[in-house]
Amino acid sequence: MQDSDQSNGDLLLAMQGVGKTFGTDVEALRDMSLDVHFGDFVSLLGPSGCGKSTALRIIANLISPTRGRVVWSGDNRQGSVGVVFQEPTLMPWASVAKNVWLPHRLSGISMRQARPKIQQCLEIVGLEDFSDSYPRELSGGMKMRVSIARALVTNPRVILMDEPFAALDEITRFKLNYDLLKLKENVGCTVIFVTHSVFESVFLSNRIAVMVARPGRVFEEVAVDEGYPRDESFRTSSNYAAYCRKVSESLRQGIEAST
Amino acid sequence: MAQISEKLLPSSTRARQHETIVDEDEYRRQRRAKLERIGKWLMPLVVLVLMIWFWNRIVTVNEIPHYILPDPVLVAATLAADLALLWQALLVTLKITVLALLVAVIGGVGLAVLFTQSRFVEMSLFPYAVILQVTPIISIAPLIFIYVDNRTVGLLLCAWIVAFFPVLSNTTLGLNSVDHNLRDLFRIYGASRWQQLLHLQLPSALPYFLGGLRIAGGLALIGAVVAEYVAGTGGIGSGLAFTILEAGYRLNIPRMFAALLLIAATGVVIFLVLSLLSHLLLHKWHESAVKREV
Ligand SMILES: Nc1ncnc2c1ncn2[C@@H]1O[C@H](COP(=O)(O)OP(=O)(O)OP(=O)(O)O)[C@@H](O)[C@H]1O
Ligand SMILES: [Mg+2]
Repeated sequence: MQDSDQSNGDLLLAMQGVGKTFGTDVEALRDMSLDVHFGDFVSLLGPSGCGKSTALRIIANLISPTRGRVVWSGDNRQGSVGVVFQEPTLMPWASVAKNVWLPHRLSGISMRQARPKIQQCLEIVGLEDFSDSYPRELSGGMKMRVSIARALVTNPRVILMDEPFAALDEITRFKLNYDLLKLKENVGCTVIFVTHSVFESVFLSNRIAVMVARPGRVFEEVAVDEGYPRDESFRTSSNYAAYCRKVSESLRQGIEAST
Repeated sequence: MAQISEKLLPSSTRARQHETIVDEDEYRRQRRAKLERIGKWLMPLVVLVLMIWFWNRIVTVNEIPHYILPDPVLVAATLAADLALLWQALLVTLKITVLALLVAVIGGVGLAVLFTQSRFVEMSLFPYAVILQVTPIISIAPLIFIYVDNRTVGLLLCAWIVAFFPVLSNTTLGLNSVDHNLRDLFRIYGASRWQQLLHLQLPSALPYFLGGLRIAGGLALIGAVVAEYVAGTGGIGSGLAFTILEAGYRLNIPRMFAALLLIAATGVVIFLVLSLLSHLLLHKWHESAVKREV
């Protein structure tokens, strides 16, 4: 699906000294620099209000930064971003297939042309039999899968996920974590993932940006040097526990330093 | 072991279904649901029959003359006898009502769309829409009939003034209550204003619009009837309201009742038709139209 090889590690985008101030005094983000390489799975981890969503929204070009900039490799960044929000954010009046069609529909591609791609993305998330269902007929986890399929459908260079599984129960969340990793390996996409959960971030990412609030900024970057593919056995390994401890410690220090 | 029990499970549940073991609670719940289904229709009917019977008793026992309060039997007989005349009048009123509703939908939705496209248009016009709404139609109608020569146009204008506001305000509300994440999504994928309106705002507004439409349907009928009262003189081609007025002058009270009955029935039919429309458009996806099993 993706032209790029996930292991080549070329720079995809770089946030350079990005800052955002809302109004005159709400400094949501200060001097954030972050390099994201092809095939990366980067987590932004931090307490509520530390500017994680703001950072994602700046990368998605929904808001513009007050200071600094986001530099993309190559020139064309149109259609290169897929997004998954905390809520599935589906159109309740449209069937699953039509929801996944949306990005293509908006760029003028007919359902007939897009159908194979839609079907392929639904297969990736395991919902190929539900293309005619309406969102209200699906469970929370299934809706999230539709949302992911919709993000995949344009072959985005990077998928931005803002606490996508926070509203789900733990069992479903673990399952989706695992499926997301498998999907990432099959599709070879790059992911920037926002989460509150230390365990989730360690399980998924190869890099974790630990952030702190007031003002929001990156406190420390932690590398998780554990290759992919990973499976459920990683969750019970001693490496995993060690990384979790390291990240939790970093988080604690960050919060201490900021108060 | 695990395999065996897994295989056994479906058939054992099937067996349980055949036996239909229903616990006390479930049994009571089903009974209540069944009673409610019947009662929804039966109870109003019982009340209706009782009221008619009571009405009949009052008139007979007190020997009230029919030019003061006619017997229900007499009203029914009048309705049958004058049906041709009343039917003509009903069609006239209905025509005004439906046309007014149609124009209210076009005007209300059109204006609401305009409002969402330009905040300045909304700021400038919305207060006047409210003023138009809160001014009683009965006080504007005489003026309208002074300035508008064509009777039908005058009637239509009155009915429209009453009916268009709920469509406007509900549709505006609906167009503005788009999920903000969906709005962001549309922006990320580079949707044009037109695409946003067509694929996001209008579908989001549909349930709100249909709610407004149901209110507007009743109001259009009220507007048409009130306007007819004010317009007065009619002769040929006048509607139910004028029929009531005229019957009143002639002390033909049974006919007044018969016409009143028809107006009420028309209102009910309009409401039912619009509810059906709403159900047809929403039942696939909107919570309000989805029946819950339990
Ligand atoms: N549009 C806005 N206008 C004003 N202030 C905002 C706006 N968006 C965010 N903020 C503020 O910026 C800060 C960072 O917000 P942001 O949503 O990025 O945090 P977050 O890390 O995503 O938090 P959470 O984990 O709760 O989602 C918060 O203090 C928030 O109140
Ligand atoms: Mg957030």
